[in-house]
Amino acid sequence: MTMQRGAPGQDGQDMREDVLIVDGVTVRLGGREVLHDVRFAIRPGEFVGLIGSNGAGKTTLMRVILGLLPPSAGQVRLGRAGIGYVPQKIQLDPDMPLRARDLVGLGLDGNRLGIPLPSRSRRKLVDEMLRAVDAEHIGNARVGNLSGGEQQRVLIAHALISRPALLLLDEPLANLDIASEQEVVELLARIAREQRVAVLLSAHEMNPLLPVMNRIVYLAAGRAASGPTDEVVRSEVLSKLYGHHVDVIHVHDRVLVVAGRGDGLDIPLEPATPAAS
Amino acid sequence: MNHVLTAIVEPGFFASAPVHVALLIGGVVAVVSGIVGMFTVMRGQSYAGHALADISVTGGSGSFLIGISPLWGFAGTSVAAAGIMDLVGVQRPRGRDLATGIVRGAGLGLGALFLYWDTTHTTTTGATITILFGSMFTINTSVIPVVAAFGLAAVGIVAALYRPLLLSSASSDLAAVRGVRVRATGALCLAAIALAVSLSALTIGAILSTALLVGPAATALRLTARPGLVMIWSAAIGLAATWLGILLAFDSYYWPPARQGWPVSFFVVALVLLFYLLTLMRPAARGVKPGRG
Repeated sequence: MTMQRGAPGQDGQDMREDVLIVDGVTVRLGGREVLHDVRFAIRPGEFVGLIGSNGAGKTTLMRVILGLLPPSAGQVRLGRAGIGYVPQKIQLDPDMPLRARDLVGLGLDGNRLGIPLPSRSRRKLVDEMLRAVDAEHIGNARVGNLSGGEQQRVLIAHALISRPALLLLDEPLANLDIASEQEVVELLARIAREQRVAVLLSAHEMNPLLPVMNRIVYLAAGRAASGPTDEVVRSEVLSKLYGHHVDVIHVHDRVLVVAGRGDGLDIPLEPATPAAS
Repeated sequence: MNHVLTAIVEPGFFASAPVHVALLIGGVVAVVSGIVGMFTVMRGQSYAGHALADISVTGGSGSFLIGISPLWGFAGTSVAAAGIMDLVGVQRPRGRDLATGIVRGAGLGLGALFLYWDTTHTTTTGATITILFGSMFTINTSVIPVVAAFGLAAVGIVAALYRPLLLSSASSDLAAVRGVRVRATGALCLAAIALAVSLSALTIGAILSTALLVGPAATALRLTARPGLVMIWSAAIGLAATWLGILLAFDSYYWPPARQGWPVSFFVVALVLLFYLLTLMRPAARGVKPGRG
């Protein structure tokens, strides 16, 4: 299998190769167009960042991909191996009797009926997944008692145990300090490699992902541009997306996207007025 | 009667027919409530369970008016109320308390009217006490098959939906992505809660029935972190509280002030509380770290 790079948003790609095709997805919620004609595809093993600021439509797009929200137009096609989902956090009281290993096991058969009998192979698989995310030591801890980072590892194991071809993570870097950010990115890159799974993760900041990201889907105001990072993160492309001029500035290994000023193309910033709330 | 020798078990306890019925029905109800209770607590629906119990007063008091077993009334109204709560929006966290509160208020109002009629227009004496606080020793044996059927239905629902319920109590999105029909699962669980509540309304009374639903489950989840074991512990604690309560109530026929016996429900609920307090004194179960890490 050759790993082609580039070719953003091509239509008619080979279904056997792509683990996800988002084909012209438009979502209208309450009369407002939240997503407009979003299209991109993800191939096996790719590490793709879904980048956009708050309100750009990242969460909506994720919900459409997961099948939790039907698009107003367009469609989402998933490969046969399906999708594993890692939410940002789950709300569970600390004293609720659900251990990390229970939650991981539910990733395998959480939709099945009946009470499962203890099974050695199931237990082995759960242990294997906990090991894959460096969470063996917290296997017997209650999920509600885990820290955000520990919970994230357990949720990744939950998502991976059904052997999906694509792992979808909702803002896995939110609320992390820079050191933990790097740790999570490295863990995800390692998992993607070891488990041979494609990764699509949403983030409002692309910089922590630059070292590992193959491709980017950049969302702004409900529109998307996708492709190799250096082809998408350019002033011309992003200005078109935002509908006003933005500058892309490279500082050392970091990329800054800033609203342009003083070149006649930018939309002047409104001065704060006392009436503004 | 020589009750000096038998300080704990009064003579006649094991020979009394009402005791047999109480031990049987009370035992079944305790086990059902314990098992369903775990999911009630886990899904944060203790208040919904409490409201269903209050609403079952309406059916219980209504059934006295038309002369049928209060169990039919308890079950009919609480299952119907569960359906209404689901329609109004019990599945949304924010709509939950609101929907529950509205349905509960309406139900209790109707219950008050029926209880008034029970005590003023019919010859049934003690209807209020029976409905609100239970009647373990005066249960008609004809309801045993109905108790068994309701109990089996409630336990059958939560056993069948064990994994989907666990997963959706952690996250409804995760469950939906895994292919769980979250809405239907939640509605069925609420129906199971309604059935369990109506059963314990029969034994320890509509007002106290959530004590048997929530108490043993809340105690059990302090003992172990394994969901399967919590169900077993919860059922065992409910059973112990019920059977010990029956024993103490039987003994209490010789106690002051009136030498007429104390209500069973008092003992059951007191024991449930006692067990809970005992677990508060022991160190936390394995896998339970104090506070969030």
